Amino acid sequence: MNKFITLSLLLIGICSSAFAQKYFTKNGSISFDATAPGSPENITADNRTVQCVIDGATGNMQFKASMKAFTFERALMQEHFNENYVESDKFPDAKFAGSISNMSAIAMDKDGSYPATVKGKLTLHGETRDVETTGKVTVAKGKVTATANFSVLLSDYKVNVPSLVSDKVSKTAKINVSCGLEPLK
Amino acid sequence: MRQSIKTILLLALTSFNTALQAQDDLLGLLGEDKPKKEYIKAAFKSSRVINAHSMEFINPGTMDFRILHRFGNIDQGLKNFFGLDQASMRMGFDFGLRPNLMAGIGRSTFKKEVDAFIKYAPLRQSKGPGSFPVTVAFVGAVTVDGLPWADPTRQNYFTSRMAYYFSAIIGRKFNDAFTLQVTPTVVHKNLVQLQTDPNDIIGIGVGGRLKLNKRMAFTWDYTHVLDGLPTGYYNPLSVGLDIETGGHVFQLHVSNATGMNERAFITETTGQWGKGEIRMGFNLSRMFQLKKKKA
Repeated sequence: MNKFITLSLLLIGICSSAFAQKYFTKNGSISFDATAPGSPENITADNRTVQCVIDGATGNMQFKASMKAFTFERALMQEHFNENYVESDKFPDAKFAGSISNMSAIAMDKDGSYPATVKGKLTLHGETRDVETTGKVTVAKGKVTATANFSVLLSDYKVNVPSLVSDKVSKTAKINVSCGLEPLK
Repeated sequence: MRQSIKTILLLALTSFNTALQAQDDLLGLLGEDKPKKEYIKAAFKSSRVINAHSMEFINPGTMDFRILHRFGNIDQGLKNFFGLDQASMRMGFDFGLRPNLMAGIGRSTFKKEVDAFIKYAPLRQSKGPGSFPVTVAFVGAVTVDGLPWADPTRQNYFTSRMAYYFSAIIGRKFNDAFTLQVTPTVVHKNLVQLQTDPNDIIGIGVGGRLKLNKRMAFTWDYTHVLDGLPTGYYNPLSVGLDIETGGHVFQLHVSNATGMNERAFITETTGQWGKGEIRMGFNLSRMFQLKKKKA
């Protein structure tokens, strides 16, 4: 009977430690570059209010980026981005839900740089597609930073690029994610 | 003893359960996003409906280079290539100073007139907490006639060349496609042609747009002059098509008005729609970013 109690206590212990091992940020950064080759203008924007939560125990992760928080160098570009391309009033957020498949190889409590394989679903402009990429988790003095680069095909997400601007706007967007994470209490 | 085991098991299960749920909605752990007040943008594609000022402002730090053309009457037929042989134009620069403040200067070939305006919106349409249903904007402007004096024998002052117009714009973007605005305007001329002509002319403008697709919109712009329009002058009505292509907006239209500022198109429109005295015209707007946004 004593064994059973110990086991139960252990179970509780595991559960509560899983709680402690969540990491989050509310000011992560996502930038993208959709500049067509040879374009005179840079089609780039960044968003520094990205929300992200990573569960250090399971490797599950979620991201949310408000589309209107992407800032461009040119104000008109930003207006067109929201109005004509990603239709931010209809689809205010981009979301990613997935997991780090090699989480067991990443020690969130030990300094180091760990490659991470990320798989999940990206929802953008109301369309959801599978995304797989490799990223990096860096732990330095208790600070956890998660970074990743990947590309998306705009047509996958039904983001139309009119032929008139196809010399400026690329068919793909290179996406750069960087989040400095803190333990979630 | 049995009882306590059960309790512990239950406890373990519940905490395990909450842990599972939390994994399903990790972002939920961060709490709800607070709704923010958000100003409505892109009520019109341009800061002008066609001729009249619209409720839309250009972005701060940008310059709008505007080239406006009004051709001759279409009814002149092939002889003047449906009016395209003749052109009257206005070239202007508008500057975005604040999200709700802009100013501009322009010169028209018609009367060699220079005009300058300032447009300010004390109230802007917004949504979210503390929202407001309409945009209220005011435009104040001065125009300076550049022609030689019509009557050199008269004691002419520089101020005799000047006229002013003041508009109030009350507009609302009802949805993505439909925007409507009402624009009471008063035009004051320091010097008028005839003694019987009034110095002040009041008109009420109604302008709107209907978006046809992401890059095209149907627009209309009408001003009804309440009082004081001398005979031979008519209310200006323009209907047009806005086409947006990246940094440019083309506003193609047909109108009975030639003037390209409020003084000219409200008080000096001589064409009549009923007689087919209408003309083609276009506004070309090219936006330049003068100030880079801080990253």
